[in-house]
Amino acid sequence: MDDLTRILPPNCVKVFVHRDFTDGTGVKFQTKFPADLDGKIDQEKFVQTITKLNTMYSEAECLNSRNYCESCMACLTAYLSYLCFDTHYEKTLKKVSKFIAEQNQTLYVPRGLMLVDPVERGLRTLEICVLNESSGR
Amino acid sequence: MKDNSYVAVSTSSPEPAHKTKMAKKMRKWEVFPGKNKFCCNGRIMMARQTGIFYFTCTLIIVTCGLFFGFDCPYLAEHVTPAIPAFGAALFIFVMSTLFRTSFSDPGVIPRATPDEAADIERQIDQPNSSTPGTYRPPPRTKEIVIKGQTMKLKYCFTCKIFRPPRASHCSLCDNCVERFDHHCPWVGNCVGRRNYRYFYLFILSLSILCIYVFACVLTHLILPIICFFSVWSVIGLAGFHTYLATSEQTTNEDIKGSYSAKRGQDNFNPFSQGSIFKNCMVVLCGPTPPSLIDRRGFVVPDSSQLNHGVHAVNGKEHNAVNVKHEYYGSTNVTKTNTNNIGTNTVQDQRFLSGSNGTGPITKHNMISYQTPDGSINNRLPPVHGNSLESREEDRPQVSYSEVVDLGGRNEDRNPNFVARGCSTEQPTLPT
Repeated sequence: MDDLTRILPPNCVKVFVHRDFTDGTGVKFQTKFPADLDGKIDQEKFVQTITKLNTMYSEAECLNSRNYCESCMACLTAYLSYLCFDTHYEKTLKKVSKFIAEQNQTLYVPRGLMLVDPVERGLRTLEICVLNESSGR
Repeated sequence: MKDNSYVAVSTSSPEPAHKTKMAKKMRKWEVFPGKNKFCCNGRIMMARQTGIFYFTCTLIIVTCGLFFGFDCPYLAEHVTPAIPAFGAALFIFVMSTLFRTSFSDPGVIPRATPDEAADIERQIDQPNSSTPGTYRPPPRTKEIVIKGQTMKLKYCFTCKIFRPPRASHCSLCDNCVERFDHHCPWVGNCVGRRNYRYFYLFILSLSILCIYVFACVLTHLILPIICFFSVWSVIGLAGFHTYLATSEQTTNEDIKGSYSAKRGQDNFNPFSQGSIFKNCMVVLCGPTPPSLIDRRGFVVPDSSQLNHGVHAVNGKEHNAVNVKHEYYGSTNVTKTNTNNIGTNTVQDQRFLSGSNGTGPITKHNMISYQTPDGSINNRLPPVHGNSLESREEDRPQVSYSEVVDLGGRNEDRNPNFVARGCSTEQPTLPT
């Protein structure tokens, strides 16, 4: 992922998919298809990717027994266990990175697009670079 | 670029010529734009002013030290050894939650990249484009609907983002913090999404410890007095935050009355889970959100910044670049300045002179022109800069000074050059 980001053309067009807050502050991206991507990628496939991302994030943030147990365990050890183990959330973020790399390889880069892992943008926005188009600055 | 006097963020940067000369890999916390203090190579993150935090630590440690030193031997012998054992466990819990609150990232939202900021400004600028030539700042709010409740998102001019719901900008740390509760000088950090749980457990366990020690030492004179006065404030705070936790509100929202009914309008808290018990569970045992600012990651020289910045420094574009300096560079400049204050050790001077051959920079030179803005730099530097924190920050400061000096080498060595060197250099670092 990192090496890919580094070989980006200097001033490519970037399309941003912003967060969707209708269900609260959980991480969720808008599934509305950005007009700038028209003709570059199948709308259905794009929405599929976003939906999958949203499910992964909501899974990381949901209040299931697994998350409760993890937090209670950490609390019992006075939060010292966090020094040794990755949290469930961090594991999910790694999974998301892998998913995005895989999607880039199979779907987006062949079509001249590239997704940037949202965590590199502070989970604010999903950045999509249009690789072979310069913004003409 | 549009031709009105409000100039949108430009994604171009001034020449990054000196960038390549930085041999050492920099970590992201070294170029972090907020007003924070970092220790242990970025592992620890605090606010700038930490005096009251040390006072808190001293107060807790001294009180408990007196308790363990004088009362516990007697109680263990004549009552039960469980008393000091429970006290010690409680004390460890209090200290560990305190350190977690103080040393961790409260949930800082990283600032927008120049491209992203430009995109957002383009969006919010559109209504203005019908009347060219007039200065009108872009609208600051965006309305969204959360579970049927309309909320306004405010645009943060420092971070260049629409703040997510419940986030707020901490003026002391100069960061937007998610689920901002308040800035707590007692723990020396903001209290936000990532450390509210630790903060709450800290005050809860501290009030228990306080009552415990109070109950155990009633027979003496001094310690009960300390406990008596601290008990009320701490218990009051713990009670208040218990109320907040059960209603899933932040101190910030409670003070502003965000969810109180206004003029007959039905106003409810869209973030509440529905029941008191569930809200408490979310606060205490919910998933642990990750830090978003990757403090220990390495700074990657941004190719887009490197390649095309060179041909965009003229006229209006130049103006735009200046605007960007203000937003992206300003806090960096202060950071550099205060960093420099701590670095006036002999070794650093030696390092500086060795690395670029311009001769040693005297202490007088370094101090006298650190004034691009007035707020911090009238503080006198510590004489040798040998407190723990400034030691920790030694390495980055050296590299900053190095950069700065390279930037100003060709100019006259007038007292301004470091300040100027800073402001031209900073924006080339990715923020």
